[in-house]
Amino acid sequence: MSRIAGHFRKLAEERRTALIPYVVAGDPGQAYTVPLMHRLVENGADILELGVPFSDPMAEGPVIQLAHERALANGTSLSAALAMVREFRATDTTTPVLLMGYANPVMRMGYAAFADAAAAAGLDALLTVDIPPEEVEGINSELQRVAMDNIFLVAPTTPEERIARIAGRASGFIYYVSLKGVTGAGHLDTAEVANRVDAIRRHSPLPVAVGFGIKDAASARAVAQAADGVVVGSALVHAMAETIENGGEPTAAIEAAAALLGDIRKGIDSAR
Amino acid sequence: MSISTKQEAFAAVPDAEGRFGEYGGKFVSETLMSALAELEQLYRELSSDPGFQRELDADLTHYVGRPSPLYEATRWSDTIGGARIFLKREDLNHTGAHKVNNTIGQALLAKHMGKKRVIAETGAGQHGVATATIAARLGLQCQVFMGEEDIHRQALNVYRMKLLGAEVISVTSGSRTLKDAMNEAMRDWVTNVDDTFYIIGTVAGPHPYPLLVRDFQCVIGREARAQSLAQAGRLPDALVACVGGGSNAIGLFHPFLGDEAVAMYGVEAGGHGLSTSEHAAPLNAGTPGVLHGNRTYLMQDSDGQIMHTHSISAGLDYPGVGPEHAWLKDVGRVKYVVANDDEALRAFHTLTRIEGIMPALESSHALAYAEKLAAKMSPQQMIVVNLSGRGDKDIHTVAQLDGIEF
Repeated sequence: MSRIAGHFRKLAEERRTALIPYVVAGDPGQAYTVPLMHRLVENGADILELGVPFSDPMAEGPVIQLAHERALANGTSLSAALAMVREFRATDTTTPVLLMGYANPVMRMGYAAFADAAAAAGLDALLTVDIPPEEVEGINSELQRVAMDNIFLVAPTTPEERIARIAGRASGFIYYVSLKGVTGAGHLDTAEVANRVDAIRRHSPLPVAVGFGIKDAASARAVAQAADGVVVGSALVHAMAETIENGGEPTAAIEAAAALLGDIRKGIDSAR
Repeated sequence: MSISTKQEAFAAVPDAEGRFGEYGGKFVSETLMSALAELEQLYRELSSDPGFQRELDADLTHYVGRPSPLYEATRWSDTIGGARIFLKREDLNHTGAHKVNNTIGQALLAKHMGKKRVIAETGAGQHGVATATIAARLGLQCQVFMGEEDIHRQALNVYRMKLLGAEVISVTSGSRTLKDAMNEAMRDWVTNVDDTFYIIGTVAGPHPYPLLVRDFQCVIGREARAQSLAQAGRLPDALVACVGGGSNAIGLFHPFLGDEAVAMYGVEAGGHGLSTSEHAAPLNAGTPGVLHGNRTYLMQDSDGQIMHTHSISAGLDYPGVGPEHAWLKDVGRVKYVVANDDEALRAFHTLTRIEGIMPALESSHALAYAEKLAAKMSPQQMIVVNLSGRGDKDIHTVAQLDGIEF
């Protein structure tokens, strides 16, 4: 399998919760994504989640929708996102990278062509928001062919028997969506998250990462007490967008995201 | 693929996974999968429950005013000098279009599920009005998502929805039209899935929506088939309907699919012409992909991004199409053609002047193609056109094109 399983094993030995930042490839500009990825690693990221922009990002809240629009406006495609992963790999061969996106661009490229290109670029995993287990067969066999993980979502509405079914197909880690809603929503219930993470653990030995609605050190710390990994997306994307709206350069936006991630890292580490 | 021409073969799709051949399915985020499973199970129970069918039929009869007439447009047919043209008068339904057949069905499902709130997406506003109408009648809270562009284009329907007690939510993301309204409705549904029923307006979306919307709209074709036999003593030689998402077309076509001798034409929006990028004709010029929960033909670029579309009619201005149409195209049972903006507009004026019936611009696409088709046929032959909606909502658009300001 990919770098992910080994990485989580190492983190578990160090009693460290994985911090997984999400940023959109090509936001604020194509040239800034790779430098941003490196800065995030320097500020405490354990795994990087790179969003592939899509014209119709149905699972995203307004902050990430706008990031997708900005990235599309500067021409960021799935191929461009893979090129960024390849460039990142030239100097970082250890940090796992996963792409998060929607079915259509991957389907348009072709599952086999995607798997080959992604493997060549050094990608570790793919998460497609709108390919549930019922529809996964075609792409899963291609990802398995190149030893790439397919990251599945479990939601607050997923019944236990379905969790078992998802666990049977998952590899790498399982991504628990912490709330009913879109990315960046603000009604996180950490006690409920802990219950649900326990339910997932009853069905799968895989690490569980939690995302959606985690926006600062405090919420990250609360979630870290229950989970193996914490995903932070909208807060970072917002920090960058705000910097640019206020007249800052893209390099300043990168530093704003890196600084916020550093704070969140400290918050998580204080939970253990 | 070889298919039997028997009606049962067509009734056998979608399969248990919601697939029409390689199209359809359930491409949604995990949060919605349980809600879809619940809806599927409830629908399976209720669709074979005589009590539910009686409730639905009573509403269709006494509230909608069904059956809608099958009207022979003799003066128009004579002018063309070809086949006899019959119009299935869905424009005479309560709220002025076929949309209400479906919203009543889905609102009854919402009632049986105990949901207090319904949401809908709308382009031209017809589905939004039909949803707001049934929500008013059943006392359900109603929010309708509508692209900012369409809100400007269809101000009259926006006000109708407000009068009916619905809240119209302006969608400012993406292209600010129907597809973005559908994105936003899905986002709302994922957030409020416990108490909210999403009333999808066409035969798209994830399974079981394409199935249940088809079933609710099939009343059009069942009536038209019986009326053809009663009024003309025979089945039509051809059926013609416009296709945006495709709900009025599937409703007319489906009960005839097993009738081998009946040809079928789905008319997509050709906009400024297929040779331009300004149209909304995925079955004629698109490629298969995934949008809004199902696999179907889409207007998309080489990177899999969904393209902007154009049509004079907001109701056809959509980059996808129901998955059953994608399948019917591939198996060759239905022929998908286009009518351009100017052809639709001409048909709008023709029918208004010759028959005294003002059609919706969506339906005018079907009329435009029917006129061409009829001219090539003999007076012994017969065409049924689905007049899916009335044109009152479009008067503003037509007046603007004529340079008239109110």
